[in-house]
Amino acid sequence: MAEFVNLFNGFATVLAFQDVNIFGTTLSLPFNVFIMIVGIVLGVIIGVLPGLGGANGVAILLPLTFSMQPTSAIILLSCIYWGALFGGAITSILFNIPGEPWSVATTFDGYPMAQQGKAGEALTAAFTSSFIGAFFAVIMITLLAPMVAAFALRFGAAEKFAVYFLAFASFVGLSKEPPFKTLAAMLIGFALATFGTDHMTGSLRLTFGTEILLPGFDFLIAVIGLFGIGEILLTMEEGLKFKGKDAKINLRVVLQTWAKLPQYWWTYLRSCVIGCWMGITPAGATPASFMSYGIAKRVSKNGKNFGNGEIEGVIAPETAAHAAGKSALLPMLALGVPGSPTAAVLLGGLLIWNLQPGPMLFVENKEFVWGLIASMYLGNVVGLIIVLTCVPLLAAILRIPFGIIAPIILMFCAIGAYTVRNSFFDVIMMLAFGVLGYLLKKTNYPLAPLVLAMVLGDRAEEAFRQALVGSGGSLGVFFANGLVSSIMLLGFIALFWSVISAGISRVRGVKPATAG
Amino acid sequence: MSGDGKAANQGPAHRNIELAAAGLMGVFAILVVYGALQAGIGWGFEGPKAGFFPFIMGSILLIATAVNLWNGWQGSKTKIFAEWDQLKQVGAVTIPIAIYIAAIPFIGIYVASVLLIAYFMMRISSYGAVRTALVAIGVPLLTFIVFERWFLVTLPKGPLEAVLGY
Repeated sequence: MAEFVNLFNGFATVLAFQDVNIFGTTLSLPFNVFIMIVGIVLGVIIGVLPGLGGANGVAILLPLTFSMQPTSAIILLSCIYWGALFGGAITSILFNIPGEPWSVATTFDGYPMAQQGKAGEALTAAFTSSFIGAFFAVIMITLLAPMVAAFALRFGAAEKFAVYFLAFASFVGLSKEPPFKTLAAMLIGFALATFGTDHMTGSLRLTFGTEILLPGFDFLIAVIGLFGIGEILLTMEEGLKFKGKDAKINLRVVLQTWAKLPQYWWTYLRSCVIGCWMGITPAGATPASFMSYGIAKRVSKNGKNFGNGEIEGVIAPETAAHAAGKSALLPMLALGVPGSPTAAVLLGGLLIWNLQPGPMLFVENKEFVWGLIASMYLGNVVGLIIVLTCVPLLAAILRIPFGIIAPIILMFCAIGAYTVRNSFFDVIMMLAFGVLGYLLKKTNYPLAPLVLAMVLGDRAEEAFRQALVGSGGSLGVFFANGLVSSIMLLGFIALFWSVISAGISRVRGVKPATAG
Repeated sequence: MSGDGKAANQGPAHRNIELAAAGLMGVFAILVVYGALQAGIGWGFEGPKAGFFPFIMGSILLIATAVNLWNGWQGSKTKIFAEWDQLKQVGAVTIPIAIYIAAIPFIGIYVASVLLIAYFMMRISSYGAVRTALVAIGVPLLTFIVFERWFLVTLPKGPLEAVLGY
């Protein structure tokens, strides 16, 4: 099993001691472990604070990693992502405020549990479920990613484009927003990605004779604006009322809760599978958590009690959200198609560190890939320990009033936007994207496809045009062989899924099912 | 705001904002299509020209926008987008952010941040002067040390930093 040798080497990379220069003194430290802990702690804080989420937290900190070793940089950033996944649960359960969109479903039963004085139990269940979901996903990545990558090595330009097509088509077909709004958001992203220099011919386009538009729009600016500033504007509109429940977590509560959890093994397994599936197809953690909650509610024998503080109602969404969040890295690493906005930002990082995401990564940058995968195992364990021990501290952070938190977040957003390219114009664009994000959120346009399209726009376009160059302009190239045709066919099925599923139900004479 | 009718007193209609958003997207789509046509959408020496892909994207966006406009048109006329008071809150944040960003090239990001934090703490959370000063000066100062000294990332600085020798 070559994978296990590689994974072992990955652990060696993560645990290796490095000479680090801190304040003039050189110390020998397991630098990557240190980075991992810093990343998790930062991530949990980012997940807990309103207005800062995984995607824009990573986007803001990305410029600081430009000078780091790529392996250390990805460990730092991915650990922020894991931390943010954990952090979202804390605010949902204690404050009934989902810190992240994927923890909305956790509030349904988590907050009632906290109201009944069972906050410690709810948090322990949430963290443990996150851990299990994530662990399942990492094992799956370890086993599947190399195989998918090896398979994808055979892909030509047409197949690559077909994969992008499938990814974006499933967005349109599976998202809960109206399909044409999803489509519009996605196309805005694709269009924004084309501004500036055309990378294939080197010629300029869509600059309208201005110099400002020459470098094009950077997706990091869009992420910081849409998710950071936009979120703060939304929070202001809703008016923040932080009335948190107290949480006492001690070893006894943790052990008592752990003793209860094994009876829910079937919920765990089902939620893991839902999460992994939704994470690999770019639906992401948020729909995964809702779907898992909905199904658990329907099949559980305690289904009627869901919404009144049922522990299973915490387990199902948290497990699925984390399984989805982690498995979103599988397509990013193996195919170069990220499964979530945060994974998209990480992919942007790879490009900045001069690493080509996609199947060649597994051949050319083994140390990087397996270092990352190993850090996911270790980060998960470290994360669980940190969140279980630090809940009171983290809840205290949440009690800092918004009047202090908001301007500090705004400052970091501005700094993050500026440092991407040292451009003041980007800071202005950040605000523009912020207002846009507020408007789109309010009018029910999804933001994730916009960001993903901005990240992948160049690559999708390149694959599309290269395929056409190869075929002399004939669109037949996308149906030239069995492989590319079947991916394209899957894409079309995904694209028209809402129409198809409505048709199937009509044939069966059943009303179309609505996800709970 | 008197005389705007009952619904308008509570806030702008959701339908209007919906239509405006779709309209803006339509304008953007036309801009992209126009720019793509300028860059050329035909077949060049190296295959499709630079405008080829943006042209397709802009065109589909235009179609999607038309559908969204149509759906928006049929939407509820009574549902409000947000209450005026809520929008005032949003404005109370957006305008200071805009001023903050506009001030950065002149006074630098650190001094501007001091003012931004101070404004939020005193106006939105009504803190006293001492606490406000402590946070408003402390946080940017710490940020300065972390970025300029530890990570050696240079951020925009103004006259104050110049006087201090940075």
